[in-house]
Amino acid sequence: MAAIAATLLLWIACFVVAEAWPAIAQVGINSFVADASWNPTEGLYNLWPMLVGTLLVSLGAVSLAIPFGLGSAVFCQFYAPPLIANLYRRLIELLAGIPSVVYGFWGLVTLVPLIGRLHPPGPSLLAGIIILALMILPTIALTADASFEQVPPSYRQGTEALGFSRWGTVWRVMVPAARSGLGTGVVLATGRALGETMAVLMVCGNVVQVPDSLFAPVRTLTANIALEMAYALDLHRSALFVSGVVLLALVAGLIAAAEVLFGREGVP
Amino acid sequence: MTHPFQSFSILVPQRNLLLGVGFSLMLTACGPSSSTGQKLTLTGSSTVAPLIGEIAKRYEAEHPGVRIDVQTGGSSRGLADASQGLADIGMISRGLKAEEEGEFQGFVIAKDGIGLIVHADNPVEAISDRQVVEIYKGEVDAWQAIGGTDAPITVVNKAEGRSTLELFLKYFELENSEVQADVVIGDNQQGIKTVAGNPDALGYVSIGAAEYDIAQGSPIKLLPVDSVAATTETVQDGSFPLSRPLTLVVTEPPTGLTQDFINFAQSEQVHDIVRAQNFVPVSGSLARVQPEPATTAN
Repeated sequence: MAAIAATLLLWIACFVVAEAWPAIAQVGINSFVADASWNPTEGLYNLWPMLVGTLLVSLGAVSLAIPFGLGSAVFCQFYAPPLIANLYRRLIELLAGIPSVVYGFWGLVTLVPLIGRLHPPGPSLLAGIIILALMILPTIALTADASFEQVPPSYRQGTEALGFSRWGTVWRVMVPAARSGLGTGVVLATGRALGETMAVLMVCGNVVQVPDSLFAPVRTLTANIALEMAYALDLHRSALFVSGVVLLALVAGLIAAAEVLFGREGVP
Repeated sequence: MTHPFQSFSILVPQRNLLLGVGFSLMLTACGPSSSTGQKLTLTGSSTVAPLIGEIAKRYEAEHPGVRIDVQTGGSSRGLADASQGLADIGMISRGLKAEEEGEFQGFVIAKDGIGLIVHADNPVEAISDRQVVEIYKGEVDAWQAIGGTDAPITVVNKAEGRSTLELFLKYFELENSEVQADVVIGDNQQGIKTVAGNPDALGYVSIGAAEYDIAQGSPIKLLPVDSVAATTETVQDGSFPLSRPLTLVVTEPPTGLTQDFINFAQSEQVHDIVRAQNFVPVSGSLARVQPEPATTAN
């Protein structure tokens, strides 16, 4: 089974690269970072603003989701009475099950007008960060919850016997002990944030530019593909596959980095 | 992570392409023995292809044994394939030009009209063509300059490659790289939701889609273009300037299956499909007024 999955994945990667090849060969890799703008029908293929957009939206969302996700897992494990903790867990699981297009729609009709009143036009980097943070929060909260669960009870008993406060137990012992699991959760969440398409497409405004503020619209690589693939022909289509290759490389890089950071240590 | 509207259109051209290859292989393999299997190939505009795809599905259901293969590739491919005999019928998202009328015969199956939309609360009732150009180029960026409120204009543009964008740019003689957009949208629905949620937005969408959503209570309104009201009626009678005919082209006077399919695609039996795709049917009365080979473009 693992072999089938690996072959399939490799095959998809090869397909994406093969589809991207005509654009790379004819336009040249340089154009994808050096052209004046992204106007494929006019022969301009600068992907750089979208790469920046993808990174900013994802990093923003992850840094917003980590404190909330971790906080909710700590609350569940160490502060809440069992009944409330269970109820709360179900709620978070429900949050994880909502399809992204629903988040996107909510963002478009509620969040975007709200931000628009604060600072027009509304569809913006900030809207994307908030929506994505909401979407990846359950991933971080649930994996953090599960990895706290994995820490042997003796650790906690030990700290209590030593007279640690609950706060001290959590931050000085439990979080370091569960570090590997927490890291995995963050990597999973980042992966989801990088790959998310629909919700981001609906709230980010999709203007191809390096944003100069939180209220400026951005376009991500995924949104670029979804917006234009339906009607793209020839080199334009191929250039969209280059967006796919860049995204693939980004995720591969993330996983490699995570391997280096968290891979060597097992869960205690 | 798929889009309810887009996932369909992303897959369709590809699938049809594969189906097309599949069918031609099958037919070659079967050879003369499959005498009942009639086949019709249409290629061309990516605007017309989804509409024809739906019409072809209904036609196939009513005529078992007939296979209709729809492939995209742009209007220019539609003309080239029809001319070289690679396709029985070409699809183009415009009328025939005068110099093309000698070689091709065109049959208008529907019209596509684009209307400018603003929020229903916006006091502006009309924008001149020149103002639209200035706004989209970013030279005018406040509603006050054209008689509106003291608010910045949120310019809503379409994503590259969309036929709506193409028609809009062509009519206003803009290059997409000149457009200073605040929001870029994909399909009509997203455009309507964006404008409905932003009192300062200016966008453009298919008139059919806008009229439907206004009837459903969306707080948007259509602005006239060049003093002509944007309605399906003005698109239908040809007076609305920001519109174009969706045309099927053939080189020979159509006979047999080709003729039957063109008649079907122009008939009232498919008007519901045309409307569902946000296009405007060429109405019964109009079709009767026009001479049968409706070649004239507007």
